[in-house]
Amino acid sequence: MAAPAQLLPGTLDLLILKAVSLGPLHGYGILLRIAQISRGGLLVEQGALYPALFRLVRQGLLKAHWATSENNRKAKYYDLTALGRKRQQEETEGWKRLAAAIGFALAAQPEHA
Amino acid sequence: MTRVGAYLRSLAARCLHRHETEDDLAAELESHIQLRADDLVRSGLDRATAERQARVEFGGKARFADEARDAIAGSVVETLVRDVRFSVRQLRRAPSFTTTAIITLAVAIGANAVVFSAVNGFMLRPMNLPHEETLYTLERADRDATESYPNYVDLRDRNRAFDGLAAFTLDPGWVTIGRDGDAIRSWLFEVSGNYFDVVGVQPYLGRFFHAGDEHGANSVPYVVLTYSYWRNHFQGDHGVVGRTVLLNRHPFTIIGVAPPAFRGTVLIFAADLFVPLVDQEQIDGTSLLNDRANRWLTVLGHRKGVVTPAQAVADLNEIAAQLQLAYPKEDENFKVLLTHSTLGGDAFEDAVHAFLVALMLLAGLILLATCANLGSLFAARAADRSREVALRLALGAGSGRILRQLFTESVLIALVGGAAGLWGSVLVLSWLANWHPFPQFSIRLPIDPDPRVYVVALLLSIISGFVFGAVPVRQVLRTDPYQVVKSGSANPVGRRMSIRDLLLGVQIAICAVLVTFAIVAVRELSRSLHGNLGVDPHNVLLVDTDLRMAGYSQERISAMQQRMLAAIRAVPRVTSVGLVGVSPPMHVSWNETDLFAPDAVDLKPSKAAAHAIQYSVSPDYFHAAGTRLLAGRTFTVHDNTIGPRVAIVNELLARKLYGSGASAIDRVFKLPDGKRVQIVGIAEDGKYTANLGDATPLAIFFPLLQVPSNETWMVVRSPEDPQQLSAAIRGQLRALDSGLPSFIETWTRDMSGALFAPRVAAVSLGVLGLLGAIVAVTGIFGTAAYSLSKRLKELGIRTALGARRMDVIEAALGRAFGVLALGSLVGLVLGLLASRVLASIVYQASPRDPLVLIGAVVAMFMLGLVATWIPARRALAVDPLILLRAE
Repeated sequence: MAAPAQLLPGTLDLLILKAVSLGPLHGYGILLRIAQISRGGLLVEQGALYPALFRLVRQGLLKAHWATSENNRKAKYYDLTALGRKRQQEETEGWKRLAAAIGFALAAQPEHA
Repeated sequence: MTRVGAYLRSLAARCLHRHETEDDLAAELESHIQLRADDLVRSGLDRATAERQARVEFGGKARFADEARDAIAGSVVETLVRDVRFSVRQLRRAPSFTTTAIITLAVAIGANAVVFSAVNGFMLRPMNLPHEETLYTLERADRDATESYPNYVDLRDRNRAFDGLAAFTLDPGWVTIGRDGDAIRSWLFEVSGNYFDVVGVQPYLGRFFHAGDEHGANSVPYVVLTYSYWRNHFQGDHGVVGRTVLLNRHPFTIIGVAPPAFRGTVLIFAADLFVPLVDQEQIDGTSLLNDRANRWLTVLGHRKGVVTPAQAVADLNEIAAQLQLAYPKEDENFKVLLTHSTLGGDAFEDAVHAFLVALMLLAGLILLATCANLGSLFAARAADRSREVALRLALGAGSGRILRQLFTESVLIALVGGAAGLWGSVLVLSWLANWHPFPQFSIRLPIDPDPRVYVVALLLSIISGFVFGAVPVRQVLRTDPYQVVKSGSANPVGRRMSIRDLLLGVQIAICAVLVTFAIVAVRELSRSLHGNLGVDPHNVLLVDTDLRMAGYSQERISAMQQRMLAAIRAVPRVTSVGLVGVSPPMHVSWNETDLFAPDAVDLKPSKAAAHAIQYSVSPDYFHAAGTRLLAGRTFTVHDNTIGPRVAIVNELLARKLYGSGASAIDRVFKLPDGKRVQIVGIAEDGKYTANLGDATPLAIFFPLLQVPSNETWMVVRSPEDPQQLSAAIRGQLRALDSGLPSFIETWTRDMSGALFAPRVAAVSLGVLGLLGAIVAVTGIFGTAAYSLSKRLKELGIRTALGARRMDVIEAALGRAFGVLALGSLVGLVLGLLASRVLASIVYQASPRDPLVLIGAVVAMFMLGLVATWIPARRALAVDPLILLRAE
């Protein structure tokens, strides 16, 4: 497996929203989920996750509650709000367009230019 | 909407449940680490290793917690609150540092607030009158702000540039309330009929008199009371309108009360009553209303909106030119200026303003010295805390965060100190504003604080907080965590000390300037009090009576004066008694006259050989006043209306007229009325007015019998206790005429009225000097104590190795003393240079006075001794054994 890629600035929020959209998760769980769904291609620095989580809560995109984890530890679980779900869809669309555009741009051959 | 809602909820949660949120964050991060550790255990590590590795993987927990907090709503407020709480904790841990810093700053901010209040009251919001920006006072080109009544009337009626011109003057008078009331000495604003309309004030009660009420001399039998006079003497009785009072024994009807804020149009003088100017003959006994040459009125008015100031001046000067043409003798050199003056318009106002600006500068210097002082304290503190700072840097705190913390601390101290200083200054100011230094004058100081003062104090506090907080910034930014942790000290000692030495030097130089000024001021004050006054005011009572008011006609006044002299001479233990008119030397008012050469034909003021202050005195006056006669004789009873006109001049005047003192005897000069007068005696020089910058005090004395005076001041010399003596004098006067009002005061107290301005100047400079000294002492003490604490071990070793006491002291304090000496020297030189400027403004003091120099050097040395006394004792008390054990 290749070394994990550097996160582009601004993409962490989208990844968090995506991870949480699959079901409520605690912080550590979000990290694992991101690693899993990116097939190990993206690695988020553990501590850096929390400022982003608090920011998303402040923006009203996530909501949080304390619950007990599967291995009996108290942990704070995050879940999408309605606004968060909407935002996640919008940003996913935006990202797809961007990725496609960049993909086209980078795939361009000399004769088409 | 939801977003805003979420933000507000989050903010509310942060504010209401701060501890919960804080615990919540910690718990969440901890749970993360535990969950990660669980995974690591599952992969085969033991629990302890797993947890350690989880923490390492997590990275700088403190930093992420900080960033997370920043991401939470309300972070700005929150961060500030947290910084403040942290600062309070830090400052509580160093109570002596905090207390010193707060007190020093309170003193400096307080001094600035007091001085700024004065600037505010005198220069920024002078009178609080309606449309003050267009209100002007007329002033002659020679900066004299008075006009004669006929000139005033011509200017008022002919000008086209003003919405009316009003005139006023100040005069003491005696007011009798009720049939059997005692006469109360009161201050009258004698004003023109249109005065209230021109100034634009409305009555609080009743009505004011108007221009339409005037129908020639003595035609307006009305008075208007000021609010405070109404409260004090009429108990705020609303039925006062229509009542009659006796003003100098003439009945006047009270028609109104002025609003509380309006006490006349002279800034520092509060009137008691407003009386019509046209009644001057009734009120004063004499009338100047037809005298064009005698200038005694202040003229003021609102410029019309459509007229520019230059056009207004041109308009007035056109009239002045016509008047000069018509009355060449009375209206010589008639040129008019406009000023916004509220202090009488003359050079006095400039002196006051210049002095206030100088005071503000000095107060600013004190604040600067304080900032230098606190800056070096903060630098020392930052150095002591370098280990803490280094640890926080190493744990991932950004240097911005640490600087913010330092500034929070310094601004916090500045705000607390500023608040304390402001509180103190408000106390001082309200005391000063209600201060009536002299019962015989109605002086008020317009220095009560207003919001502007509070804002300035707040701004000064914040600015100083940033200034002294900025001193250790470089030091903190340079901190290298690894070095600190390794060696225990952030920087090599020598380098850091030199910045602090510089700050101390600056501070000491500033303080030396202030101390020099203070000594110049105090010396000048003592000179003005004990210098050659030309009279001996000790053991002398002044008796001010008013014969006109007691109903004496011009002809009977002289006879009555002689009887009064005889009566008081009969009082036991009275050494001598003299009589002087118009008022004694060093009183607030005086008369002047022009003197001409004996053969002079043209008797215009500009052709005068000399201009002198004039007194009319009885033969015994010189003895009673303690004025020595240097040559010739005093007056006798034969110097009367039948005998030839004679005069006594002071030595300076004799020199000015004839070149030398002795040769003036028997010489002759001419008065403005053309009379020839022979000089029969030379009196010693003295001080006659407390006028600032009055450099050539020329005086001439006439015999009372030849130049009679309506105003009767008796100078009574006696070793008797003033209280008993005045009772005896009152008894004698009552026996002569039971209706004769009198005001008795020791001469020294009377002089204090004239010396008011120079005294205030001297006292304020003295106080600032004292404050400067306090700042210098704390600065030197702080530096000495700090450097000593850093070197205790070294000193202990020196003592152990047998160093003598002097060596130890030198090692401990030599540096502080070196800086003290250098700083003092610089300050002294600056002070001498600057006090020449100061002297030209307020004092005639010579700053090169050796006493001032020696005084300043001694003062700075003593300050150094005081400040280093405790550190020196600690240095000597160093016990090497205890020190080594402590390590």
